[in-house]
Amino acid sequence: MIELKGISKSFTGKKGSIHALKNVSLSVKKGEIYGVIGYSGAGKSTLIRCVNLLEKPDTGAVVMNGVDLTKLSPGKLREARSKIGMIFQGFNLLKTATVYENIALPLKLTGLSKQETAERVTKYLKIVGLEEKHHAYPSELSGGQKQRVAIARALAHEPEVLLSDEATSALDPDTTEAILDLLLKINRELGITILLITHEMNVIQRICDRVAVMENGEVIEEGITKDIFTAPKHTTTKKFVNTLFSHQIPDQMLTELNKTGHVVSLSFFGKASGEPALALVSKKFDVYPNILSGSIAQLKEESFGQLVIHLKGEFAEIEKALAFLRQQQVQVEGVVLDESKNKRIS
Amino acid sequence: MRAKINEFLELWGTDLWESTIQTFQMVGISLAFSILIGLPLGVLLVLTRPGKALGNKFFYQVLNAFINIIRSVPFIILLFFILPFTKMIVGTSIGVKGVIVPLVVYTAPYIARLMESALLEVDRGVLEAYEAMGIKTRHIIWHVLIRESRSSIILGLTIATIGLIGASAMAGLVGGGGLGDLAYRYGHLRYEVDVMYITVILLIILVQGLQSAGNRLAARLKKD
Repeated sequence: MIELKGISKSFTGKKGSIHALKNVSLSVKKGEIYGVIGYSGAGKSTLIRCVNLLEKPDTGAVVMNGVDLTKLSPGKLREARSKIGMIFQGFNLLKTATVYENIALPLKLTGLSKQETAERVTKYLKIVGLEEKHHAYPSELSGGQKQRVAIARALAHEPEVLLSDEATSALDPDTTEAILDLLLKINRELGITILLITHEMNVIQRICDRVAVMENGEVIEEGITKDIFTAPKHTTTKKFVNTLFSHQIPDQMLTELNKTGHVVSLSFFGKASGEPALALVSKKFDVYPNILSGSIAQLKEESFGQLVIHLKGEFAEIEKALAFLRQQQVQVEGVVLDESKNKRIS
Repeated sequence: MRAKINEFLELWGTDLWESTIQTFQMVGISLAFSILIGLPLGVLLVLTRPGKALGNKFFYQVLNAFINIIRSVPFIILLFFILPFTKMIVGTSIGVKGVIVPLVVYTAPYIARLMESALLEVDRGVLEAYEAMGIKTRHIIWHVLIRESRSSIILGLTIATIGLIGASAMAGLVGGGGLGDLAYRYGHLRYEVDVMYITVILLIILVQGLQSAGNRLAARLKKD
């Protein structure tokens, strides 16, 4: 659906040039929700702005449905853009226009008839759940409501793709949840492909099918959300995953515990998280599991849990127990002293 | 008291009325032309800024310098300095017609500056959102840029209009008439202080009324 091929972009500022994007390639499939996560300055914002060419890449191609947008004439590009919806962190609504006008005006300017415009505004305001706010001005709305209007405005053009530029970053946790639910609904019911960027792992966790992690203008890791969560490879990815699972175990305690056994972290996925694997271990083997820390997260499709446990017993017996756990589709990882000293352990 | 007022009005009523009409004529017509020239110039100043939609450093700097140069010349000097130009445009350099040209030359660059600062207040994100929706630039200029800054535009135009009233007082020097001219000719040159007081009071009422009307309209148009 969307393919970014070798996108590079640099900006020349007062302090010389900055390479915001270095040869970034990624592809978003039709109907999926694709997330790009990274810290600020990672280049993710530039990346999403390259998709609809708000930012012109220095090199590379932006291919949408087989058409390279970078090669289009200004007129054709406008046409293509009207099929790409975009929502922003700052909502970007007209302050001087009512909710109705905010959605209707762009439709009118793209040449839709008055009647069709009215129908669409009503339809999409209903979808975002703001049908009673037709005549309100943005200043009378809450942040979440403003974002809903912005979403309705984007949807009213009936796009195939929705780009979300940190759409939930300015919202409180509850509102974020509600907006994420709305995005999921749009994706499922209207079949709109969503490409979003965020710095919040819970956004990825909640709604994304696939995810790319960016750092210093490069994609450092990419894959299915589940895989990124269970087996993050890059340090930055691990840090992001740990923002959801922060198991803090003091170094001293860890050293003590390692003398009498083994500290391991167990990751349970989907079905495995429902089995009493740990109980079985203590029955079958001569080990004493002690739970140090645990948490569970709901991914888009499945649940994903993590436990940090201490297994007390003979090393041979512990090895056998761990082998059994692996057989039960539990991911087992040894816990070591964390070098970064923030004592977050994965 | 009443007899005194009647006497005054009998003597000066016609002159005052005619002068007021002349002031309105000069200000109204010059304002209309100044907006027609100044607003697009303001839009150009904003759009051609380096880094903006039509970023063009050369054009921006030339326009910028041009506006500054005209704005540096005091009106009284401008009035005489461009006499040949005035004659070329309207065929005469005296009367209401002759004074409108210098008033426009004086006010349009001022309005351009005021419009520039009003338009710069518009959030860049909103413009971008419209660009992302595939809206044509000229539509964005009118329906987003100007619409969103309309409250500041009204305030700017109020300031410009009041400046214009002040400048029009000097129109008497080329026979343009108006309230300022009346005050100068009779009040100052012929020591008819009553006339001067009355015209000054009329001008105060005019300026106060304009400013309040402008403030009120701007507040009504502002929705945030």
